[in-house]
Amino acid sequence: MKRIRILVAKPGLDGHDRGAKVVSMALRDAGMEVIYTGLRQSPSDIVNAALQEDADVIGLSILSGAHMRICERILELMKEKGIAEKPVVVGGIIPHGDAEKLKKKGIAEVFGPGTSLNHLEKRIREVAGDK
Amino acid sequence: MNSNSLTNGDELSLSKALSVVESDRISARRLISSLPEKHSLVVGVTGSPGAGKSTLVDHLSLRFSESAKTAIIAIDPSSPFRGGSLLGDRIRMSRASRSGKVFIRSMASRGLVGGLSPGIYDAVDLLGRCGYGFVIVETVGVGQAETDIVNLSDLVVLVLAPGIGDDIQIMKAGIMEIGDIYVVNKMDMPGAEQLARRVKSILEFAGIEREIVMTGAVEGKNIDKLSDLITGKLNKLKKNGEIENSRKKRTEHAELNAALFAVREAATEGVKLEELIECLQKLREGE
Ligand SMILES: Nc1nc2c(ncn2[C@@H]2O[C@H](COP(=O)(O)OP(=O)(O)OP(=O)(O)O)[C@@H](O)[C@H]2O)c(=O)[nH]1
Ligand SMILES: [Mg+2]
Repeated sequence: MKRIRILVAKPGLDGHDRGAKVVSMALRDAGMEVIYTGLRQSPSDIVNAALQEDADVIGLSILSGAHMRICERILELMKEKGIAEKPVVVGGIIPHGDAEKLKKKGIAEVFGPGTSLNHLEKRIREVAGDK
Repeated sequence: MNSNSLTNGDELSLSKALSVVESDRISARRLISSLPEKHSLVVGVTGSPGAGKSTLVDHLSLRFSESAKTAIIAIDPSSPFRGGSLLGDRIRMSRASRSGKVFIRSMASRGLVGGLSPGIYDAVDLLGRCGYGFVIVETVGVGQAETDIVNLSDLVVLVLAPGIGDDIQIMKAGIMEIGDIYVVNKMDMPGAEQLARRVKSILEFAGIEREIVMTGAVEGKNIDKLSDLITGKLNKLKKNGEIENSRKKRTEHAELNAALFAVREAATEGVKLEELIECLQKLREGE
């Protein structure tokens, strides 16, 4: 099994990162290297960090409701910077219809509330190409 | 990955090359030796957990970037159980990160009994050859990582802060011996003056002559003073030629560390110890 590096970021202006922190710690315990970048990251902060860190996966925690706009912008910037091939996964409160739309736009996976940590770990390994 | 894009300052190529450095030492060495030899000035920043190292490094890297390309390697420990790691230093490096002037890379220590992995020596080597004039390496000053940072760096800044451990703990950890410059951060907090006085008297008692700087990293207090002190000392090392010794020491330790790492890897992957020793014996006898 390869050592997966995942960047966990919290875009948007809300100040709640408990969920992102809990997930980060769980993924660490599952043997991943988790780069946690903290609150209030702009799409360009996130893409810049993913580029410098050469993350295998980018994980976004979005609770603000602005997921469509944020994800579109991040995917766009990733293309510009030449890292469009990196899978992006999103967790948070995302309505089912939006989840489908996000996936069509190129988001690899959307995790709703109540996703088990086992499932999270398994899917992240899958999208990172470590099956 | 071609060496031109690396020496031309392309961040994406550098980032990919650093991943090679971390995962495949043989390819990494091949890649590194294809680039012309060039050295960074390596500043190690270590000290008690939570003392404000990352916040300081955030400021210092921006100062350094005014005179040369600057990179940060921020190291956090790997968990001894499944080898995972939570790399959180970037949280406090938002100024440097947003400036677009500093390359920041988080690395897990992945080392032997708490030490640093050979990948870290190779990363420093690579950054030098890619034209980075300064590399700042942040690591928590515990266990073996603490001696490793001395071997890796041209200059070590030891960061302490009030309210985090007392001086007995500092002395027990043996950590007092490793700094070239001592920083008492969080000067805005009660107890900072007192800590600085204690550090001074411990150093005096041990007969070690070192500068002590008080800083307030969050408010950016005395950053210029610290930055000037560091660059002043580095210039002196360059002028009197001591920097060459420091580079030699780094190369020697990189090789020793790589050898130890390779043996451990072989052992954990199930190579029999007797066979390993026999192999080494044969190598030494030149068969
Ligand atoms: N009051 C005060 N707090 C500070 C100062 N510098 C840093 N801090 C705070 O101390 C905490 C730890 O800061 P970091 O920069 O992450 O410290 P660190 O030494 O890198 O921590 P680790 O990498 O986890 O060991 C943060 O909450 C900072 O905001 C300071 O000068 N004064
Ligand atoms: Mg830190």
